[in-house]
Amino acid sequence: MATIEAAVPDQGRGASTYAGGVWSWITTVDHKRIGILYFVSGLVFFLVGGVEAMLMRLQLAAPGNTLLDPATYNQLFTMHGLTMILLAVMPIGAGFFNYLVPLQIGARDVAFPRLNALSYWLFLFGALLLNSSFLFGGAPQAGWFAYANLTSSQYSPGHGMDFYILGLALAGTGSIVAALNFIVTILNLRAPGLSLMRVPLFTWMTLVVSFQIILAFPPFTIAIVFLLFDRMFGTLFFEPLGGGDPILWQHLFWIFGHPEVYIVVLPAFGIISEVIPTFSRKPLFGYPVVVYSGVLIGFLGFGVWAHHMFSVGLGPLANSVFAGLTMLIAIPTGVKIFHWIATMWGGAIRFRTAMLFAVGLIVMFTIGGLTGVMHASPPADLQQTDTYFVVAHLHYVLFGGTMLGLFSGMYYWFPKVTGRFLDERLGKAHFWLTFIGINLTFFPMHFAGLHGMPRRTYTYPAGLGFEGYNLTSTVGAGITLLAVLVFLYNLVRSLRSGERAGASPWGGATLEWSTSSPPPVHNFDWTPQVRSRDPLWHDGVELPAAEEEIHMPNPSYWPVVVAAGALTLAAGALIGLPVVLLGVAVMVGGIYGWAFEPIHG
Amino acid sequence: MAERTEGYSRVPVQRPTLWITALSLVVLTAACGGDFPQSSLRPQSDVARSIDDLFRGIFWLAVGVFVVVEGALLVAIVRFRERPGAERPKPVHGNTALEVAWTIVPAVILIFIGVPTMLTLWKIDRPPQGEVLRVEVVGHQWWWELNYPDLGVTTANELHVPVGHTVDLRLRSEDVVHSFWVPRLAGKRDLVPGRENQLWFTVDSAGVYPGQCAEFCGIAHALMGVRVIAEEPDVFERWAELQSRDAVEEPGEEALVAAGRSIFFGAGGCISCHTIRGTPAAGVLGPDLTHVGSRSTIGAGVLRNTLVNMARWVKDPQEVKHGNLMLDMGLSDEHARDVAAYLGSLK
Amino acid sequence: MERTNTGVPNEKMLMWAFIGSECMLFASLIATYLTYRGRSLVGPYPEDLLNIPFITVTTFVLLMSSLTMVLALSAVQRGDARGSRVFLLLTAVLGIIFVGGQAIEFSHFAGEGLGLSRNLFSSTFFLTTGFHGAHVTVGVIWLLSLWVLTMRGRLGPESSVKVEVAGLYWHFVDVVWIVLFTVIYLMSGS
Repeated sequence: MATIEAAVPDQGRGASTYAGGVWSWITTVDHKRIGILYFVSGLVFFLVGGVEAMLMRLQLAAPGNTLLDPATYNQLFTMHGLTMILLAVMPIGAGFFNYLVPLQIGARDVAFPRLNALSYWLFLFGALLLNSSFLFGGAPQAGWFAYANLTSSQYSPGHGMDFYILGLALAGTGSIVAALNFIVTILNLRAPGLSLMRVPLFTWMTLVVSFQIILAFPPFTIAIVFLLFDRMFGTLFFEPLGGGDPILWQHLFWIFGHPEVYIVVLPAFGIISEVIPTFSRKPLFGYPVVVYSGVLIGFLGFGVWAHHMFSVGLGPLANSVFAGLTMLIAIPTGVKIFHWIATMWGGAIRFRTAMLFAVGLIVMFTIGGLTGVMHASPPADLQQTDTYFVVAHLHYVLFGGTMLGLFSGMYYWFPKVTGRFLDERLGKAHFWLTFIGINLTFFPMHFAGLHGMPRRTYTYPAGLGFEGYNLTSTVGAGITLLAVLVFLYNLVRSLRSGERAGASPWGGATLEWSTSSPPPVHNFDWTPQVRSRDPLWHDGVELPAAEEEIHMPNPSYWPVVVAAGALTLAAGALIGLPVVLLGVAVMVGGIYGWAFEPIHG
Repeated sequence: MAERTEGYSRVPVQRPTLWITALSLVVLTAACGGDFPQSSLRPQSDVARSIDDLFRGIFWLAVGVFVVVEGALLVAIVRFRERPGAERPKPVHGNTALEVAWTIVPAVILIFIGVPTMLTLWKIDRPPQGEVLRVEVVGHQWWWELNYPDLGVTTANELHVPVGHTVDLRLRSEDVVHSFWVPRLAGKRDLVPGRENQLWFTVDSAGVYPGQCAEFCGIAHALMGVRVIAEEPDVFERWAELQSRDAVEEPGEEALVAAGRSIFFGAGGCISCHTIRGTPAAGVLGPDLTHVGSRSTIGAGVLRNTLVNMARWVKDPQEVKHGNLMLDMGLSDEHARDVAAYLGSLK
Repeated sequence: MERTNTGVPNEKMLMWAFIGSECMLFASLIATYLTYRGRSLVGPYPEDLLNIPFITVTTFVLLMSSLTMVLALSAVQRGDARGSRVFLLLTAVLGIIFVGGQAIEFSHFAGEGLGLSRNLFSSTFFLTTGFHGAHVTVGVIWLLSLWVLTMRGRLGPESSVKVEVAGLYWHFVDVVWIVLFTVIYLMSGS
């Protein structure tokens, strides 16, 4: 242990402090603060999505239940999906990107700090706009996948779908902007000596995900623009009576939607690829292969979208091709799992909460991956698609995979962010309650689905054999909710009175552990010179002798002004032309203000 | 400073075994009981059986992989737990032979999944040869229109088919995307507006096979049931013959039926949406009611078809099936009872 | 200039990544256009309306603007203030002529009864070319802003990367038009 500590350079002594007050948060361009904003917003939406899920589970606890009417239920499952994927998991992931990537690559901030702030505000305003639909005549009720032509103004009157389009357009733009920023940051701002094949896995996965975002979101943007024009101006993109084809939506949606699955899961893979080596005290087994398999997953993710559409009737040839490509993804995914186990093999494993969640991810994701291979087989999928079997599969991947990974990261990096540990006893309670809760919730869904229970149904009749599974799932959801409450309590308590943590509480190998906890505004007093893949383990950091001159960017209110303009523009689409013009004016004014603002003081 | 750096394990090890046992007990309890009339695991047709065989093969392969992977994980976390006084583990950066091996092994397993998949896929996608019974299935929000073009039969929500005879369904939609799914007989196939899809199967034995719409299609999607009623060929032929007839007024009918008829064709306004062949009722928005009395359910499977239930349905369709498109015609209790009696007489 | 690992300035790399993203945007539009080609249920159809000679001229204008863009960048890099002003303005003006041509074309189509919601051709045509026109318009505003900077003498060789990034965007928009011109106009006969 002592040897490891000796390798940690004493960074962050001349800690500068942040300005206080709400205004300082609104105008912040600091990647760490933006990371915290993303994280907290994502957590709030995670709770919102969780409450939505709990309401649905209560409705489904018994056959023929009347707790919720169908319109409410349909809004809830639509918003639950959108919220969890786009407003909870992605922003929490973005919180990690923002906080950690510059620290892991030895940079003082991202390449474009103000653009980073803009990303956050666009996400937040989009999320709020989407959720405000509950107050203005009802949320969208067509599922997160929103298949045309159910979403046309004929079949979805009211403004629910308009909120879907406009809210996601804003949030999606925010994601693209953030991804562009991180691509440049990771490719360009690495510390000297930190070649790409020495970059920590989490940062690598961020890079892969960023590329996926910039390539996957535009087709979805086009799809929602088509839908907007269909609904507002009577174009015929998805209108069968005018020759339009609703299947076009499905293609455009899933070209986005399938990469999106990897966009939410790869960051979690990155996180546990950091956690497992640290708590096994062994470097990651086969680093290059883990990197390449991540890249390969990201790449293949674009070639498999039609496996969501096997029941559409695309023909056996198309189905065979997409089935084959989908099965191929199992190889790099399996390889990752083997490498994590091999990293633990021969190690000295410490079961801190972060490690428990990481191991939990491997257990759960293996199950989710195996059921995924079952869907890859089109004939089998014809029975499974749109049933609770798929609900089980996707939650094993998204909760069992992504969320457990994100929780692992929270326990791992909380000391870095706050200077305090999360409580281990509460953490373990959180883990075991979560692990039991989600298995109890999602495992029975496999059976419900195979026995014929379709998804997105607000009720089911008695006598089909679904009762026991559904009741069990509801009980499990209650336990999961309890687990989340334990976590929140832990978060609040540890923030105030958690045990103090030093710069490198776990003996991690990567650069973020070389600076103080929490890091100073400028991250590092000296730019580290990196000489190995695990710089803090193998005497891989060298510090320059001379003091550096440090310039940090000024706070700026222009990002929030531009985002507010975009929000006004989007809201104007629902209110009227004058508001649209106002939004455009604010945006353009904001962009000019931004362009002529001096960056450094 | 009260700073702490992670040292050797101090927190006692918890035993996950107990929890996992408890968990599996609960799941197993839930897994037993009920006879699952809508289960994809109880195939009753050639197509469903092919899919089921394939699925079972993949399932057991997956179980094997699961056991190996989770077993290795278990061994790793038990054997390589940190022990006090032990040396820092040797840093292993990789092992090319091993890495190549565990890339190839999954690929080989995938061949064992991929090949049967392709065989089954092309087999069940080969259009039926020889004589088939053609049925047009038209999806509506939230009911199924069923036309037998060769038999002159039009009905709704209950698909009668002869056992041992290949049924060739032509699927299309009048409004939004639906998906036809009767798990014991075949996988799903979507009904897409502007396209025609095809689905076929040969039912093994007589029985009632429930199913339902599997693509979210709006507010009453959960209540868009379909039932396949498979009958011996002679029973089926009798049914088809009966269904192809026009509705007729039987002499000496009950007063209720006559009263109901006059409401149906008059104040009730029913004929603007419904057809009864052999009468002036020729609406096309709702299901054909020529032989509605012979069906076993009402409202795409929401209620059993009894006089009381039918009266409840025509009186307040929204109460029975929230959001459905049948209008509330403001019938009084008596009028609803009369209409129900008339509809019940349409055998 | 800040040190970067790749040697490519951050702004330029940002624009390259953005162009990558934009490729997917236009690819989706073009794929949709091709999918719906010849599937309009009612007229007017593309062959009734498209005025290929006219659009060939505006296409030529847009291509010329890429040339003037190159000259503008080179002038800025050389510190040639007059050349910077002239060529930036000229590029913007050529862009305006192109967008003007598009406006004339759109209003002509509308006059011939091809409203936005008329048929699949109108839906796909207006959105695809409209998206591109909006990109040109943004480019024109950007170029005019740079031109204002040159007029005030605030755009010297030291900040030539600003012009370079705008140029990348401008060339990309031109290249997209070449594809659109081929797909929509040149292939309309087949």
